[in-house]
Amino acid sequence: MILSDAMDAVLEKLSETVRAASRSKRALRLRGGGTKDFYGNALEGEVLDTRGYSGIVTYEPSELVITARCGTRLAATESAMRERGQMLAFEPPHFGEGATLGGMVAAGLSGPRRQAAGALRDFVLGVKIMDGRGDVLSFGGQVMKNVAGYDVSRLMAGSLGTLGIILDVSLKALPRPAAEATLRLELPEDKAIEQLNRWGGKPLPIGASAWTGGELAVRLSGAAAAVAAAQKQIGGELVEPEQGERFWTGIREQTDPFFRNDAPLWRISVPSTTPPLKLPGEPLIEWGGALRWLCSRADARTVRDAAKRARGHATLFRGGDKSVGVFQPLAPALMKIHKELKREFDPQGVFNRGRMYPEL
Amino acid sequence: MNIAVTGINFIRQAEVAARLRQILPAEAVLHAEEDTRSYECDGLSAYRQLPMVVALPSNEEEVRQVLAACHELKAPVVARGAGTGLSGGALPMGDGVLLSLAKMRRILALDPVERTARVQPGVTNLAISDAAAPFGLFYAPDPSSQIACSIGGNVAENSGGVHCLKYGLTLHNVLRVRAITIEGEVVEFGSEALDSPGLDTLALMIGSEGMLAVATEITVKLLPRPETARVILASFDDVEKAGNAVADVIAAGVVPSGLEMMDRPAARAVEEFVHAGYDLEAAALLLCEADGTPEEVEEGIAGMTEVLRRAGATAIRVSSSEAERQKFWAGRKAAFPAVGRISPDYYCMDGTIPRKKLGEILKFIAAMEKKYGLRCPNVFHAGDGNLHPLILFDANDPGELERTERFAGEVLEKCVEVGGTITGEHGVGVEKINQMCVQFAPAEIERFQGVKRAFDPEGLLNPGKNIPTLHRCAEFGRTRVKAGQLPHPELPRF
Ligand SMILES: Cc1cc2nc3c(=O)[nH]c(=O)nc-3n(C[C@H](O)[C@H](O)[C@H](O)COP(=O)(O)OP(=O)(O)OC[C@H]3O[C@@H](n4cnc5c(N)ncnc54)[C@H](O)[C@@H]3O)c2cc1C
Repeated sequence: MILSDAMDAVLEKLSETVRAASRSKRALRLRGGGTKDFYGNALEGEVLDTRGYSGIVTYEPSELVITARCGTRLAATESAMRERGQMLAFEPPHFGEGATLGGMVAAGLSGPRRQAAGALRDFVLGVKIMDGRGDVLSFGGQVMKNVAGYDVSRLMAGSLGTLGIILDVSLKALPRPAAEATLRLELPEDKAIEQLNRWGGKPLPIGASAWTGGELAVRLSGAAAAVAAAQKQIGGELVEPEQGERFWTGIREQTDPFFRNDAPLWRISVPSTTPPLKLPGEPLIEWGGALRWLCSRADARTVRDAAKRARGHATLFRGGDKSVGVFQPLAPALMKIHKELKREFDPQGVFNRGRMYPEL
Repeated sequence: MNIAVTGINFIRQAEVAARLRQILPAEAVLHAEEDTRSYECDGLSAYRQLPMVVALPSNEEEVRQVLAACHELKAPVVARGAGTGLSGGALPMGDGVLLSLAKMRRILALDPVERTARVQPGVTNLAISDAAAPFGLFYAPDPSSQIACSIGGNVAENSGGVHCLKYGLTLHNVLRVRAITIEGEVVEFGSEALDSPGLDTLALMIGSEGMLAVATEITVKLLPRPETARVILASFDDVEKAGNAVADVIAAGVVPSGLEMMDRPAARAVEEFVHAGYDLEAAALLLCEADGTPEEVEEGIAGMTEVLRRAGATAIRVSSSEAERQKFWAGRKAAFPAVGRISPDYYCMDGTIPRKKLGEILKFIAAMEKKYGLRCPNVFHAGDGNLHPLILFDANDPGELERTERFAGEVLEKCVEVGGTITGEHGVGVEKINQMCVQFAPAEIERFQGVKRAFDPEGLLNPGKNIPTLHRCAEFGRTRVKAGQLPHPELPRF
């Protein structure tokens, strides 16, 4: 219980800081390991370090739930789960050794396995947050199904710290797949997109996919028998397991040679069947066609218009001129709701001012 | 506790009906009692109230205009899909408009390559899977009410079904909801891509019980139908052993596509009704399904059979054909109507608990049966820890409904106590509004009210449901106390 007392003291201190900032309407910038400082609009406010509030609170593999504090390192969390044969199935990118769970939830990013397993928000079961008044509030819980009240816990996923400090989070854990195999095929972009969608309509255990420069990599994940059967059906060249693992880590962590590019990196999210976007620059396609990375110097309007025409949206993920706004602008009616939500959770506008949109 | 029909103000009724008739054809605006009677309740029929006016729009523009008119007239609006909800979420208001989406039942687009369907809110859950079937696709969430319930209602309740353990709830299978606010503004939540910019307001809309906006168009994900599936029917001579077997299956590292449990009283009621071939000597039955490729299913069934055997199953049968699989499931899916045949009335609970507490909760329910002198068969979405105890009662017997509600209240509070929730999939509605005060602290309830205000500042959409006022909690006499401390001692407690 010593740890828990110490954590209560940390919480008390966080609350004091938030209350003081709220009284003087000062901006605070929530920060864990700082691995995602690059993400979102320009940073504003005094840093509030969340790493003091850390530690796994409960982990019960048979319940498929892990609850941990925001400052807990993502790497430590994942290795605790790996020991019990489980994982965070949405494969969150770390983008550095210091990544914390709080930052992971706030950024709301998912990795290659999202294609089959679902996104980070799909795995959030509950949160404890501190709102802009310094109040500690709990929403959701540790159970798989819960419809009591509005789904505020999932609202926190991807909120970029604009609504409050994510103190604790409960996440659904899943067993690691019994077997995996990576296949490589040569295909031009349009054919790769078609093929990925054709496979998507079949009950194949495709857990991840990545196409760039004429090569398509497919990762099969599931029961050994299913992986073996799918391997025959898909064909291509089987990649050595270690090499495959390295490859997917490179995609997830953006250390793959594709991402070694000086041009700004766009993240374009579109329906999976969208034909090649034909924008200037180099594309990399993930999630069965639904996620398009683009290293490009094309102007923001060109990229955003193309995304919009395809019923999607584009984010200026890394680099480039952030003055155009990192995220695709929202329709006025939706922005109105965003502003009201911000006011309800953070009335004085203390947290991560402008990080998502200048109006928030 | 049948809620009496409160007097309807006929002058106001005439005013609102006349205004709506400027928007809708005359036959789409009902106010005569013989026409509005069939809307007086949803699946929770203990609560009844005649609506002042019923509006039946047939397209989005009509919905928009009706909402804008109601906003202008300050008339509260209750949206209704198929009226199968089990928490009184669609209970009408005597001074309000009941907005039925039942006429909007078109599938607007189905793209088998993109694996999405864009549908109107009144389309039934099963109609989507039926339309997708020729392409080898299906819409995964499968509530037992799927032949009747609407996708709009599913979105409003975040409905689940027996296959949600593997395929997720409505939340995991809906990409986009297009909706109209009470002010008559069209808003799109989510998108047809896998994510969208800004806050996850789609997550807020799903499960919002018609309190935030009225859904007019929904894009759902379609999944490839698994090649094959088989289900194990396992008998246990002890309910707690069956509960532990559920935890063992989950812990063994495969996620079954369905994992359901029934106790003997439930199995007996079902067997009489559908003749599914259940073992009536068993204290509890588990249905445990594996789906996928034939190889995968074989591997899964072998593994799970082994776990169930070790957990003490007294008999194990595995479906040997698709017809037999359907037969095993038919019993489970018909559990509510089957129980409806053996008792004049039944009351369905919906708490969710951590799986490891299943045994404890079952003992508690058995004790409550004695305490209140009422029988309570149990069916569970066991794999998710979602309980549906069904309290049998007779509403014509004075005092039985009150006893039933007290029984249910105690069970729900026990669910909260063991770390669970008062509702897993049926929603709060009017039914569990008092228990919200037990599950949430005042500051949390205030934040929920803040969410409501962000969408509907005047509180005209489905008022009085889902989120209690703090005043009501004070009257109910139980506010949540955490670690012996009242949160915000400085706040007035009304
Ligand atoms: C026999 C039986 C079995 C059932 N089995 C299950 C089950 O297995 N799993 C499960 O989860 N549920 C189950 N239910 C409960 C019920 O079927 C679901 O909650 C269903 O989603 C309700 O849909 P509906 O169209 O009937 O909604 P309604 O009852 O008409 O409305 C429910 C709520 O949704 C709101 N609403 C409806 N349409 C809209 C809209 N377009 N926009 C905004 N709000 C709207 C209403 O205001 C109300 O609050 C069962 C019910 C019965 C009677």
